[in-house]
Parts: sequence; structure tokens; C-alpha cells
Amino acid sequence: MLKLLASALAIAIGGIGPALAIGLIGSKAMEGIGRNPEAAGKLLVPMLLGMAFAEAIAIYALVVALIIQFVL
Amino acid sequence: MISVAAEPIFYIAGWLPVTNSMINAWIGIAVFLIVGLIVRKRASLAPRGFLNLVDYTIEMLLIKAEEIVGDRERTRKFFPICASLFLFILLSNWMGLLPGIGSIGIWEMEGTERILVPIFRPVTSDLNFTLAIAIFSVVAAHIFGMISLGFVAYASKFVNFRGIWRAFKHGPMAVVVALVEFCVGLLEIISEFAKVLSLSLRLFGNIFAGEVLLTVMYSLVSFVVPLPFMFLELLVGVIQATVFAMLTLVFMKSMSDSHVEEHS
Repeated sequence: MLKLLASALAIAIGGIGPALAIGLIGSKAMEGIGRNPEAAGKLLVPMLLGMAFAEAIAIYALVVALIIQFVL
Repeated sequence: MISVAAEPIFYIAGWLPVTNSMINAWIGIAVFLIVGLIVRKRASLAPRGFLNLVDYTIEMLLIKAEEIVGDRERTRKFFPICASLFLFILLSNWMGLLPGIGSIGIWEMEGTERILVPIFRPVTSDLNFTLAIAIFSVVAAHIFGMISLGFVAYASKFVNFRGIWRAFKHGPMAVVVALVEFCVGLLEIISEFAKVLSLSLRLFGNIFAGEVLLTVMYSLVSFVVPLPFMFLELLVGVIQATVFAMLTLVFMKSMSDSHVEEHS
């Protein structure tokens, strides 16, 4: 029962930071496109790269949750 | 239900296990071998049909890689490894969406309950594979650094005795700065291990989580509802392959950049 709680909390709390980070990255990208609509193509790839890095932290939390649930 | 580790399907010579992700890896290798042999046999300067598609793909990848590195000749050196990584990871990620991967399996007894062991499993959802290619990428970046800079310049990025030696001419303040840079160089060694870990875990986590999500979706509602999730998995497959290959390219480029001297 404690194992269930631990793995659920690991991914739930671990997802808060990356969610905020991805939202901020997206909002800055939207702002940049709003100021300069032609730059949309140039902004796409760096934005996706930044989002992949931010999402990686959530993936670390997910891996810990999976380890707690299935291995320990 | 779904196990984090890949399950062995059969054993070669009685002791060497062949897991379900290895079977998928062999299928991926076979696909690339066949495509490579076809392209080599029928290569020409005015390609048509399938070869045109291959030509277009490689040219697009080369242009994107050149935007990152900046210099066409270095891009040519790094391109084979990064593009191969990209294409192989992309194929492996997308193969997880085909019907039969994850559902065709063998019923086995584990403890007291009967579970289904799938015969196929996407190879990037196996931590062994992602760890292997992450180590390979980082080691390849270091080898490129050693080749293009020479061993002394490459080693002085991490263990910077040369900076301390040179700073003696410039006065005590510069020596303190050089000592700090020496410690930063030692920390860089730790960050190399962090790179390996983050590359492997990012790819593994994304694809494995996608597999779990799709399995749960299929077992809940088998027909129209999993479609948005399959589309998400298509997108995630492309993005993760791009991120892995792009990061490898950036590591190779930064390893073979000569150390920037900062004092005027």
C-alpha cells in the first residue's frame, strides 16, 4: 500500500516542475511568434528541443515511479 | 502486466538469452540492410521513385545538421553516425505502433498467474539498448574530439594544467582564475556521465511510457479511442529521435571545438 502511494506521489509531484517549464517555454515561443510571425519556422526546432529537455525531468520521475512499482 | 525489463523468448546454445526487443532490433537491422543494398545497386545522379525519397531524406538531414554545426566539412564527418542514429531510432519507435508488436505472444506461468509474454517489443523501450547507444554517442563524441584536437588539447578541457602553467605569467589573479577553471574542468567529467544517463533515460522513458499507455488503452477500448494516443506516439517517436540525434551532433561539435581562451 505504501508502495502504491510512493509511486503515485513520485510521478505526480515530479510532473509539476516540468509541466510549468514546458508551459513557460511554449508561452515565450508564442510571444516571439506574435512579435514576428515570419520567425515561426525558425523558432519551431529550438522550442521543441527545449521542451524535450524539460520533459526529460518528468521522465526521470516516471522511471523512479516505475522502479518503485515493478522492481522494488 | 508490462515488465520494465525485456523478457527472454528463447535461449541460444542453452544459456544466451534472446529477448523480444532483440528480435525487433534484428528486424530493424534487416530493413536497413535491404534498403542500403537496394540504394547502392541502383544509385544514379537522377534518381526516381524510391531512391528519390531516400535522396530527399538524406539531403534534408544534411541541411538540418549543417545549420547546427555551421561548417560543411565537419558536418560531413559527423553526419553518418548522427543520421544513422536518427533513422534507426525513428524506425524502432514507429515499429511499436504496428499491429502485432506487443500483442502476439506466448502464455507463460509466472508464480501463480498466467501472463502474456509478447514476442515483439520496440527496441528503444529496452533500457539496455538506449544505454548502449547513449554510451556509444558520448564515446564517439570524445573520440572525434581527440582526433580533431590532438590528445593534449582535448585533455586540457578536463584536466587543465596548461591553463595554470600559462597563468603564472599574468599575475596572481589570473592564477586564481586558472585554479577555478581547473576545478570546473574536473566537474565536466561528471557531467559527461550525466549526459549518458540523461540521453538513455529520456529515450527509454518516453518510448516505454508510450508502450504502457497504448497497452492500457487497447485493453480498455479496443477500437476508435486509441487513435489520438497512436498519433501522440507518432509525434513522440519523431521528437525523441530528433532530440537524440541533435544532442549527439551538438556533443560532437562542442568536443571538437578548440578551447576558447578567455583572457585578453
